[in-house]
Amino acid sequence: MDMFIYPEYEVVRNPDLCIGCRVCERQCANEVHHYDFDLKKMVADSTKCVNCHRCVCLCPTHALKIVKSQDTYKTNANWENQTINEVYRQAATGGVLLSSMGNPKPFPIYWDKILLNASQVTNPPIDPLREPMETTVYLGRQKCEVVRDGSGKLKNTLAPQLKLNMPIMFSAMSYGSISYNAHEALARAATELGTYYNTGEGGLHKDFYQYGPNTIVQVASGRFGVFKDYLDTGAAIEIKMGQGAKPGIGGHLPGKKISADVSATRMIPQGVDAISPAPHHDIYSIEDLRQLIYSLKESTAYKKPVIVKVAAVHNVAAIASGIARSGADIIAIDGFRGGTGAAPTRIRDNVGIPIELALASVDSRLREEGIRDNVSIVVGGSIRSSADVVKAIALGADACYIATAAVLAMGCHLCRTCNVGKCNWGIATQVPELVKRLNPDVAAERLVNLVTAWNHEIQEIMGGMGINSIEALRGNRLMLRGVGLNETELKILGIRHAGESL
Amino acid sequence: MAKYVIIGNSTAAVNCVEAIRSLDKEGDILLLSDESHFTYGRPLISYLLYGKTDFEHMKYRPDDWYTANNAQLKAGVKAVKIDPKKKKVELSTGEKIPYEKLLVATGSRPFVPPMSGLERVKDQYSFMTLDDALKIEKDFKKEDDALIIGAGLIGLKCLEGILGRVKAVTVVDMANRILPSILDEEGSAVVQKYLEGKGVKFFLGDSAAEFTGEHAVTMKSGKKLTFDKLVLAVGVRPNVEFVQEAGGACNRGIVTDEGQRTTLPDVYAAGDCALSHDIAADTDRILALLPNAAFQGRTAGLNMAGGSAVFDKAVPMNAMGLFDLHMITAGVYEGECYEEKGDSKYKKLFFANDRLKGFILIGDVARAGIYTSLLRNQTPLSEVDFAMLEKSPALAAFPPAYRKEKLTQKV
Amino acid sequence: MKRIYVNEQWCLGCHLCEYECAFANSGMTDMAKALKGKEIHPNIRVEDGTDGIHFAVNCRHCSDPICVRSCIAGALSRTEDGMVQIDKSKCVGCFTCVLVCPYGAIMPDADGHAAQKCELCTRNLCGEPNCVKHCPNRAIVYEDRG
Repeated sequence: MDMFIYPEYEVVRNPDLCIGCRVCERQCANEVHHYDFDLKKMVADSTKCVNCHRCVCLCPTHALKIVKSQDTYKTNANWENQTINEVYRQAATGGVLLSSMGNPKPFPIYWDKILLNASQVTNPPIDPLREPMETTVYLGRQKCEVVRDGSGKLKNTLAPQLKLNMPIMFSAMSYGSISYNAHEALARAATELGTYYNTGEGGLHKDFYQYGPNTIVQVASGRFGVFKDYLDTGAAIEIKMGQGAKPGIGGHLPGKKISADVSATRMIPQGVDAISPAPHHDIYSIEDLRQLIYSLKESTAYKKPVIVKVAAVHNVAAIASGIARSGADIIAIDGFRGGTGAAPTRIRDNVGIPIELALASVDSRLREEGIRDNVSIVVGGSIRSSADVVKAIALGADACYIATAAVLAMGCHLCRTCNVGKCNWGIATQVPELVKRLNPDVAAERLVNLVTAWNHEIQEIMGGMGINSIEALRGNRLMLRGVGLNETELKILGIRHAGESL
Repeated sequence: MAKYVIIGNSTAAVNCVEAIRSLDKEGDILLLSDESHFTYGRPLISYLLYGKTDFEHMKYRPDDWYTANNAQLKAGVKAVKIDPKKKKVELSTGEKIPYEKLLVATGSRPFVPPMSGLERVKDQYSFMTLDDALKIEKDFKKEDDALIIGAGLIGLKCLEGILGRVKAVTVVDMANRILPSILDEEGSAVVQKYLEGKGVKFFLGDSAAEFTGEHAVTMKSGKKLTFDKLVLAVGVRPNVEFVQEAGGACNRGIVTDEGQRTTLPDVYAAGDCALSHDIAADTDRILALLPNAAFQGRTAGLNMAGGSAVFDKAVPMNAMGLFDLHMITAGVYEGECYEEKGDSKYKKLFFANDRLKGFILIGDVARAGIYTSLLRNQTPLSEVDFAMLEKSPALAAFPPAYRKEKLTQKV
Repeated sequence: MKRIYVNEQWCLGCHLCEYECAFANSGMTDMAKALKGKEIHPNIRVEDGTDGIHFAVNCRHCSDPICVRSCIAGALSRTEDGMVQIDKSKCVGCFTCVLVCPYGAIMPDADGHAAQKCELCTRNLCGEPNCVKHCPNRAIVYEDRG
């Protein structure tokens, strides 16, 4: 620990409640707690604490809490404690600062500045418990040409589709960045829910081929684990061009996370860092992208939709327009708050744009150009609740990707130290003793609970608006009103301010 | 006519009845007992004297046990003879009781070797039955000096029972150490020291030469001892005569097969009167211990009722405590030895030919059954992590498949 | 009959079950008050093996329980639905049950004068086994597996 830096969080133990069961000691991979035989009591070293709350949750008498340290430098609105500490840290190490999960900075959250409509008098709300409420979504190219065979019968020219029971999927998290058990839980939950999870760029463990019909397999710049069986197994193929948490740079999985199993799945040497290049070295244009898309389609007999995932960046609308013309079936856009297992802090916190604005501009652009039906749009980074899902769909999305919410459901407490590889919740780690902390039976159940709950809420909210299908909600921006937004923001979002009637 | 007749009313008999009833709910069962009590846990008589239990709590089964199991008890009668041809048991009253299946669960009786002048001693006691214990409870007084002849299990459990009831207790034994049937020499010394700390006097390697008066004995060594009350706990003899006289094979105990069948047709034997095949020592012997009687009784009962049960896991084993010093032992003390000795710990594991042969635990007896199971199942030690087991009994030392079988399904 | 089963694949060796068991059988309603500063004597014990293996062991409630057969006092018995129970007022603490239990799942109680064992929390106010309820990783379950 850097001598300049006072611990950011402190472990506080209530001595009246501590029974010395040592569960905190056994469960902390960071070795914060230990029993002092001389003092005959538990003691804690706050400098090692990452504030993951594992000990807090497992303490049977609730004797523990983690509090933000009150130690502070002289108050300075420009040079905040964290800013100063980061300077100290880099001065000590000379290294790039690394972080995990999504951008934590206080940028505007547009979801929270958008309000939903409800039906009153002139159009009745719908009670989802009494009347049908369709949340099924099909993703893929919707545009069809009318083609008849020799006998005059219509030919089915509909492109391959993904059927989702609800407009929510689990977004890409690689095996390597998250554990085997976390992957299994996602796969099982997706299967039970009738939706999809995404392999991320780490390949697909052979044990999980059985969940293929609910798996989206990713092809990223490192091409890890990509081979014919992999492509054949997935229900859809996602080309990862970028990621919201770190637009413009590739992934970096440290060698210590490349276990034997991860190495076999990724088809790379064990213990050696896995570096995904920033670009795909074969893609420097939409035309190049089109080549890869058709290579993948060709190799899977045009049976699987191809998704192209990009980070929400400044020119996202134009980029999406190109993708929509490239033969892709689905565009996935990842906002700047999207999570990650590891990213340079400066990139995570300063690059990209909010998903709400990106989505609105892409949807508008594709409509303007008359190519909206060429593709479905999936958005992620970050969707935090069913209300965010409903707002995203009303802004023009076909479905949402969730990942941070999913790992939270599995137990993650957003301590944002995934990059260290010692996840006390067994999610973002490959250490066997830690991985086993995540029982997929429990985790899958919690994921199913979460998404089921959200889907109920989505139905309820739609019912309130008098809308009975996702189809009817999609792009229905009249259902949205902004609060506290300026003219430009409202214009980009394509919504009116609260209080403005039609 | 009772279909099943059982001579005896203790552990083997009770477990036999329960086993019969698990297969045959109807057939009449008749138990014959020369004791007049409700079935009780025989080893509890010392705890009765020690004050840890009372007769109500000594009952081996609930009050409604005989009726619930539809078994009739004829108490206070003595069976004297079996007629295996006519399939009848004769009582001392001359009454003849016919049987279809007969269990001989007659237990054992105290054995008193000839001792010169013993007839002079009026206050002499044995320690086998509840009546013996009740007599001691009534007769022994605070001011009495008691002399126990015999430092085996019975003698020392009696010691525990009476030490607090009398002024002093002296124990003598011809053997030069105590509890030779369950401890090795060093273990005997540990326990002896502990008991001496409680104020007990031992004279070992010595025996009574002559009782010179009602309250005096001269030992072979020439030492003269006086006493107020004398307990004879020298040994026991199995009650095999019924079977022997009827022509059944006996050899220091009633001979049976693994299904507890004697050599007489439809006559079974179980408990302290019957031989067991000790798999630890690979020899036939009487294993006068309660669990063994229960296993044998149960096996006999199942077979009497038409089942096919075998009991082939007999090993000598013992759990006992003396004034809160607990010891658990089993098997034979041969072969290589792993030992740990400390202030409150005495532990020895004996092993040979890839098998655990026996063990002695004094003080810390936790989870001893894991060792016992190695013995009973004759588990090859190469299949377990014996180095781990040496330190402490643990299922972690067994292969994962064993744990899966035992901990993840009904057993 | 529902019994407690353990799955060592998911046992973390956190030992919470031991404390939850001790609390459940303490007769108290406050865990800190019940257990603070005390040595616990739970009916369930976690074994910490080599290679990160952990698992909890408590009474298997065997269908042919050797402890019941071996009990010299008739203090151990099997209920109609198959639970092995102990009548502590009859137990004299000879520990023949400790001698025979192949799982090491019955043990001397706190004062060493009687045996104690898991009775599936039927004798306390928990309703269902407290170890199961509080296992953080579902490594201990209460299920009917025949």
